[in-house]
Amino acid sequence: MAGQLHDSDFKNPVIQWIDTRLPIFTMMQKEYAVFPTPKNFNYFWNFGALAVVTLVIMIVTGILLAMSYQPNTELAFDSVQHIMRDVNYGWMIRYIHQNGASMFFIVTYIHIFRGMYYGSYKKPRELLWMLGVVILLLMMATAFMGYVLPWGQMSYWGATVITNLFSAFPIVGHGIVTWLWGGFSVANPTLNRFFALHYLLPFVLVGVVFLHVAALHIVGSNNPLGIDVKSPQDTVPFHPYYTAKDSIGICIFLLIWAIFVFFAPHALSDPNNSIPANPLQTPEDIVPEWYFLPFYAILRSIPNKLAGVCLMFGSILVLFVLPWLDTSPVRSARFRPIYRREIWLLVLAVFGLGICGAHKPEGIWVPLSRLCALYYYLHFLVILPLLGKFERPLPLPESISKAVLRRGGGPLPQGVAAKPMEKA
Amino acid sequence: MRAVASYFAALLLGAIAATPAMAQEAPVPPPQQWSWQGPFGTYDLADAQRGFQVYKDVCSNCHSMNNLHYRDLAGIALSEDQIKAIAASVQVPQGLDDQGNPKDGPGTPASMFRAPFANPEAAKAALKVAPPDLSNIINAREGGPDYVYAILNGFTPAPPGFKLAEGSNYNEYFPGHQIAMPQPLHGGDVTFADGAPNTIPAEAHDVVTFLAWAADPHMVQRKQIGWRVVLFLVVMTGLTYAVKRQVWSDVEH
Repeated sequence: MAGQLHDSDFKNPVIQWIDTRLPIFTMMQKEYAVFPTPKNFNYFWNFGALAVVTLVIMIVTGILLAMSYQPNTELAFDSVQHIMRDVNYGWMIRYIHQNGASMFFIVTYIHIFRGMYYGSYKKPRELLWMLGVVILLLMMATAFMGYVLPWGQMSYWGATVITNLFSAFPIVGHGIVTWLWGGFSVANPTLNRFFALHYLLPFVLVGVVFLHVAALHIVGSNNPLGIDVKSPQDTVPFHPYYTAKDSIGICIFLLIWAIFVFFAPHALSDPNNSIPANPLQTPEDIVPEWYFLPFYAILRSIPNKLAGVCLMFGSILVLFVLPWLDTSPVRSARFRPIYRREIWLLVLAVFGLGICGAHKPEGIWVPLSRLCALYYYLHFLVILPLLGKFERPLPLPESISKAVLRRGGGPLPQGVAAKPMEKA
Repeated sequence: MRAVASYFAALLLGAIAATPAMAQEAPVPPPQQWSWQGPFGTYDLADAQRGFQVYKDVCSNCHSMNNLHYRDLAGIALSEDQIKAIAASVQVPQGLDDQGNPKDGPGTPASMFRAPFANPEAAKAALKVAPPDLSNIINAREGGPDYVYAILNGFTPAPPGFKLAEGSNYNEYFPGHQIAMPQPLHGGDVTFADGAPNTIPAEAHDVVTFLAWAADPHMVQRKQIGWRVVLFLVVMTGLTYAVKRQVWSDVEH
C-alpha cells in the first residue's frame, strides 16, 4: 500500500491535492454534509450546536482577555477594570465572556434535559452520554476558576468556601486543600494557578467535545420518537437540512446573548464582585453564580459537612450511571405516560434547589431544600429503576417516516437522499 | 402525581412569598428616575458635570477614584482645556526624583485621579474606617444608584432609644443604620456655575449621575452598538428562517 494516495471525489485541484494526501475534506463531507440525520428533530436538537458555538466564542474572547489580564492578587482587580475602561472594546469582550458563562450553562442544561426527556443516554449511546457528563464537570471546574480571576469579593470568598469543601474528607482533606491553594489560604499562588488552569481546561473541553461528537457519529443521533433509524427514508443529510435549522437557533441564541451583553450586562452578576477581594471582610452571604445554586443548595441542606459534600458531588456523579438506572427499554418520554409527567417533578425540584441556594439556609429554606434534594435522588435511585418495570409504554411507531406521515398527512415524501448544495 | 406536583409548587411559592419580610432589615431605597435608564437612556451630561464638581469639592476629600484618569472626563463633555486645568490644579505622585525619593508634581490629563490618601492604611489611620473607592460604587452596591442616592439623603437623627456606637452616624438606608461616614452633603456645599439648585437632593442627584457614568463610562456606546447588533440578528433570524423553510420544503417532516 505504500505510496498510495487516498481516493477523493473533489474536483478542485488544490482541495483534491490536499484531500488525496490528508482526507480531511472527505471526512468533513462524510461527517457534516451527507451525514444521515433523523428527519424529525425538534428545536431541542439545536442545543448541541449552540454549545459548540458558545465554547468557540468563550475561547476567542478568553484569549483576548488574557492579553490584558494580570493573574496577581495585587493587580487582578484593577487589570479587569483596565480592560473594562481603557482597552479598545474591552468592555464588550469582557461582557461577552462574563455573560457567556451563563449562556453556556443555560444551553448545556437544556441539552442535558433534552437527553433525559428523550432517553438519549440509553443503549447504544451510554458512552456518548458519559462523555457529556465529563464535559459538564470540566465546564463547572472552568467556570468556577474563571469566576475567581476578577478577584472581587465573591471571587475570593467563593474560592475559599468551595476549596474548603475538600477539607471535609477525613485524613487527606486538609492536605488536599493546602495543595489546591499552594499555601495556607486562598492567595496569590491560588489565583495564579487558577488562571493557568482556566486557560488550559477549555482546550481539554475541546478534546472531550471532539470525542463526544465522534461517539455521536458512530451511533448516530437519537430523535424525538426515540426509535432507531430503519431506512434512508427516515433521514436527511445533515447539510443543508440541519445546518439551516441550527442557523435559526444560533441567530436567536446570539440575539438573547446580545441583549444581555449590551443592555443588561450586570443582570446575572453579584454587586459584591465589583468590590475588590478583602480577606478581612466576609460578605453577608456567600452565594455562587446562579448555575451552581442547585448544587450549593444540596450542600447546605445537609448539616454534616462531609455528607453534604458527598451528596453535592454525587448529584452529578449519579448522571454517569443514569443509563443503567433507567430500566425502561423505551427511550422517548412521549411513549412513557408516567415518566413524561414525572420528569417535570425533577425539573421542579432542581428549580426549587436553585431558589433555595440563593437564600441563607434558615427558616423554610432548610426543609424545602431537603425535600428537593431528596426528590432529586429519589428520581434517579428509586423512581427510574422501578418505573421501567411497572410503567406500560405506549405502542411505538413502526418508523420515523411512518410516524411523520400519520401526523402530517399530505403527499408521500420524495426521495430525500443526499441533496446537492444549491449554488446561489 | 398531580397532587405531588401542586404540593411542591405551593411550598415553593409560599417560600418565595415569605422572603421579603424575613430578609430585609434596612428599608429598600425608593426607586428614582435616572437619565440613563432603559435601552435608549443616556447620561445627562450637565448633571454629570455638576456631579463631578460635588465629587471634587466634597467626596474626594476622603474617597479615591483610582480607576479614573483626568482624560476620562472628556466622557462627560469637559473640554480639553478644562481637563488640563483640573488636572494641573492637583499635585499627584510622579515617580522618583534623581535622588530616588518619591516626587509629586502637577497632574496632566494622563494622571490618575488624585487619591486623598496614599493607601488604604493611611486612610484607615486618619478616619478609623477606610472609605471605599468610588470608581465602581454604583455597580458594587445592591440597588445601585437608588441606594447611593438614598444613603446621601438618609442621614437623620437616630430615633429615641437607638444605641449608636461611637464614631458612627445614623442613616435610614444603611444596613444596620450605623454608618461610619459623617453626613457628607448639607445643601449649599458647592455653588454651580449654571445656577442649578444645590439642595441635598439636587447635589445627591448630580453626584450619583457622575458616579454612574464613572462606573460605566462606555454605556452610551454600548447601547448604540447593541441596537445595531440586535437589528442585525433579527434580520438574520428572519433570513435563516426563510432559508430553512425553503430547504425543508421538499421533505415531509
